[in-house]
Amino acid sequence: MVGTNTAFDSAVIRRDFPVLAQQIDGKPLVYLDSANTSQKPNLVIDTMAKFMRESYAPINRSAYTLAANATEFYESARNSVAKFINANNSREIVFTKNATEALNLIAFSWGRANLQRGDVVLLTHMEHHANIVPWQMLQQERGIELRWVPLTSDFQLDLSSLPTLLMSAKAFSFTSMSNVLGTINPVEKLCGAAHAAGAIAIVDACQSVPHSPTDVQAWGADFAMFSSHKMCGPSGLGVLWGREALLEAMPPFLGGGNMISEVRLDGFKCAELPAKFEAGTPAIAEVVGLGAAVEFLNGVGMANIRQHEIEMSSYVLEMLTSRFGDDITIHGPRNPELRGATFSFAFRGIHPHDLSQVLDQSNVCVRAGHHCAKPLMKIIGANATARASFYLYNTTADADALADALDSASDIF
Amino acid sequence: MPGIEDLYREIILDHYRTPRNRGELPPPAVYSEGNNPLCGDDIRIYLDVADGVVRDVKFSGQGCSISQSSTSMMTVAIKGKTVAEVQAFVRRFKHMMTLADNDEPVDEAINLGDIEALQGVVKFPVRIKCATLGWNTLLEALTEATK
Repeated sequence: MVGTNTAFDSAVIRRDFPVLAQQIDGKPLVYLDSANTSQKPNLVIDTMAKFMRESYAPINRSAYTLAANATEFYESARNSVAKFINANNSREIVFTKNATEALNLIAFSWGRANLQRGDVVLLTHMEHHANIVPWQMLQQERGIELRWVPLTSDFQLDLSSLPTLLMSAKAFSFTSMSNVLGTINPVEKLCGAAHAAGAIAIVDACQSVPHSPTDVQAWGADFAMFSSHKMCGPSGLGVLWGREALLEAMPPFLGGGNMISEVRLDGFKCAELPAKFEAGTPAIAEVVGLGAAVEFLNGVGMANIRQHEIEMSSYVLEMLTSRFGDDITIHGPRNPELRGATFSFAFRGIHPHDLSQVLDQSNVCVRAGHHCAKPLMKIIGANATARASFYLYNTTADADALADALDSASDIF
Repeated sequence: MPGIEDLYREIILDHYRTPRNRGELPPPAVYSEGNNPLCGDDIRIYLDVADGVVRDVKFSGQGCSISQSSTSMMTVAIKGKTVAEVQAFVRRFKHMMTLADNDEPVDEAINLGDIEALQGVVKFPVRIKCATLGWNTLLEALTEATK
């Protein structure tokens, strides 16, 4: 346990995650890749297994009791997710394959309906490829203009010319927290600036929803998306939230079963929200699993998780700096209040790929590479970095294990 | 878990710390670019081929110890060989990395020399791409040079 957060003990929480209980070659597993994907607690694993053993059936299309009950499980998870992010109602929650699909849905459904040649979409230099490439595809298709908010030298968004960048923009799509730098962006302020310029605000919330309380209405956003697998839920499932009026006005994205109310030889009519955007059989058991993940996270308390990660950040930054000094370069803000517990770093000139390989010998799992943010990597002047990311189940012992393993990497190179 | 010493053999670290044939070649030498989208590594192979013989070869770019040392050792090995010899050599290497196409004949008699040290990479499957990056890029450069 770190600091004074008495309501919360990561060493106890850790016991809920069976993957983390294993030892490899007699050493514990040190999982520091939760910004990539998170581990799963027993509640999620057991809920999904129980659902598949006892209640699995198609949803929304059969009258028998088993199917009606499965539909209720599914929709109950949607309600939980809606409450979790303070959506206005559950019709505003659309389940997708992943957050990437949700961003594509916005670019191609909202984008095609609302953007013409020359229209401006504003992005930032710290976006994940998922919030770049769909817009570039639309740029190729439509000739829209993409603009970029640059970074300051301390890894924040440089908002000095935001009003100019937003001039005649139709959309501002940005991350709530950088998956590389850990920087937490001022979402409310950015949404406000977008609206003042007449643009809609789209928030890629993948890195923040699992780690801090989320209130999409307080943000004043128009769309937000995040992934189940980063918040203790199963993979294969993303969430799109959108303002009901905007979703209502948008054309469907994928066509097929479930998203229609009527199909004739000469055309179709869309189903009501949210089915309109959920073509085909969805990830039924996964949605039920996400419902359990939300229950689990609510039980721990999102504010507690945020507090834990501020304390972890503070510990990690101090410890790494005091142990390694100038031998370690952390690409991200130094103030724990302004960042999540995700640390990209360079260490003694050792290539990140080699570094992660050597750390693996100590069962320390970190990501090495470009983190699906190649434009950002170029801007910070790194081809690749190693990234250690902490979550609610990580302790200071994990951080110490990282540092010990870094020492052993120096011995080899 | 296979031991890290199987991966980071001394000869590999030596070529990583002191890469041979690093640099560029001006035209009429050709070059080809390869990259590993997983880790962001990129490499450029410059090839000067005349009368069917590799007269000179150099490489530039960024990468991990495995991709850099593998490419460095490769450049040492192929310089002075005929194009046909280089192609057979690459097949032999890829066969060692368990990547050779089964339909392609591999001359087991070809001695890979120091490059045998890279055999340990096979025990770390995610790193095979690192070891073969320079070699695949070389094949593209060869195609370019013999057009």
